[in-house]
Amino acid sequence: MARMATTRRVAISTAAAWLFGFLIFFPILWMGLASFKTELEAFAIPPSFLFFHWTTENYATVQERSDYLHHAMNSIIIAGGSTLIALLIAIPAAWSMAFSPTKRTKDILLWMLSTKMMPPVGVLVPIYLIYKTFGLLDSRIGLVLILCLGNLPIVIWMLFTYFKEIPRDILEAARMDGATIGRELVYVLTPMAIPGLASTLLLNLILAWNEAFWTLNLSTSSAAPLTTFIASYSSPEGLFWAKLSAASTLAIAPILVLGWFSQKQLVRGLTFGAVK
Amino acid sequence: MATRQTQLLARSLLTPAVGLLFIWMIVPLALTIYFSTLHYSLLDPGSESFVGLENFRYFLTDPAFLASLQNTLVLVGSVLALTILLGIPLALLMDQPVIGRNFVRLMVIAPFFVMPTVSALVWKNLLMHPVSGLFAWLASLFGLTPIDWFNDVPLFAVILIVTWQWLPFATLILLTALQSLDEEQKEAAEMDGASAVSTFIYITLPHLARPITVVILIETIFLLTVFAEIFVTTGGGPGLQTTNIAFLIYAQALIQFDVGSASAGGLVAVVIANIVAFFLVRIVGRNLEA
Repeated sequence: MARMATTRRVAISTAAAWLFGFLIFFPILWMGLASFKTELEAFAIPPSFLFFHWTTENYATVQERSDYLHHAMNSIIIAGGSTLIALLIAIPAAWSMAFSPTKRTKDILLWMLSTKMMPPVGVLVPIYLIYKTFGLLDSRIGLVLILCLGNLPIVIWMLFTYFKEIPRDILEAARMDGATIGRELVYVLTPMAIPGLASTLLLNLILAWNEAFWTLNLSTSSAAPLTTFIASYSSPEGLFWAKLSAASTLAIAPILVLGWFSQKQLVRGLTFGAVK
Repeated sequence: MATRQTQLLARSLLTPAVGLLFIWMIVPLALTIYFSTLHYSLLDPGSESFVGLENFRYFLTDPAFLASLQNTLVLVGSVLALTILLGIPLALLMDQPVIGRNFVRLMVIAPFFVMPTVSALVWKNLLMHPVSGLFAWLASLFGLTPIDWFNDVPLFAVILIVTWQWLPFATLILLTALQSLDEEQKEAAEMDGASAVSTFIYITLPHLARPITVVILIETIFLLTVFAEIFVTTGGGPGLQTTNIAFLIYAQALIQFDVGSASAGGLVAVVIANIVAFFLVRIVGRNLEA
């Protein structure tokens, strides 16, 4: 009896979970399908779900007509650059707070967190004017800079929570053996910190790739990453659904894959360690 | 000796990050405060003059401010309610023995990784278009009149899109919390003959209280400044129906070029966000000690 009930329960919860999972995923799937349709079919009523004339011409057109790769390259440079610079600044800071905490460490951490709470729109005006003055509008370096600063608190926090989990006994043992701080860093800490570093890198790449306030406001064409590029499809004359879908599919595919790898870290990174 | 050296080193390692964040926090904020006291229009350069609190009076009494404040509150409140009310059952469901749970989780988490401009445009066109969208077709299947989402219920349409983006986040956090719930406690309750409902109310829900608070606070921080979804779908319209505070400030700064008034608005946004941040920082801070 009990066994029967369990099997039934598994069947029901499995069916329900798959149904809701599919519904939530559906808009992405529908977009992916539309990217392989002709413009006419993408617009057609009733819509065709699988039995349409599959074509990859949208992908070619998107590149030819709007230089897709240029914007993809901007996204890679901006997301990658800002993440790497943030890591370079954050690693020493997080290391120092995790292993040589002082009375003020907690206050410093919370203060850093509070800078992330500042709504970007609160400083839109001065940033825009500063960028205008220094010719940083629509420049890659300008976007790298602002996304780096914006994500720095999250990077420091994530690294801090990971570093804190490295057992201190190991460090003390290394110190007893006469290891210098440099050696300690290279041979003891780095190997143990690599998983944490990797997940921090991953999550921040994702956040920077999808950032759509500063990129929309500070870039127009030459430095425009994919967020801004896709937004240009919102203009009425740009209503090409199949091409929009193709461009969108390309823009989210790499990040979807990275994101799926980093689900666990996502919770931890975005809740500043409050939920693990 | 070594300790003092270590401390010195620790401090010098910390300095660049603290310094940068300090500049990042102070300089733009100081400029915003400064601009907010000026009559300063980019269309009329050279006419800057000190006007005291005039910009605040103008911004706060502008009917657009009240409308956008109301829209902001409705947007934040609705998305919070929807993501939590849908997220709890979804997380409970995914915590059950489900065949292929990892795959289901991939599908559920996916929307969170879609860039805002893509989700907004896909929903606006492929799904919500009043003639050729999938929803219109579904409505016609059931003999209903298709809804013209962005004209008839524009704010609700934006709410739906943003909810779709944030539901994965709420679900994932609640699921993570559920998985750390002590199984023995639940089993003991079941052995004692507690029904599924009372187990949920007396054991599961209290356990979820903290993660729910965290979800509310973090989502609020991000939802207060929803921008891209409005920028690419409605442009704040029709009228002011989907203008939130973030979009209003953007419009004043970069469409009307009124630097003074936009700066005053920016400070209002900072104050609102700080009220939320106060509570979040306290919760996280408590956790640091534990």
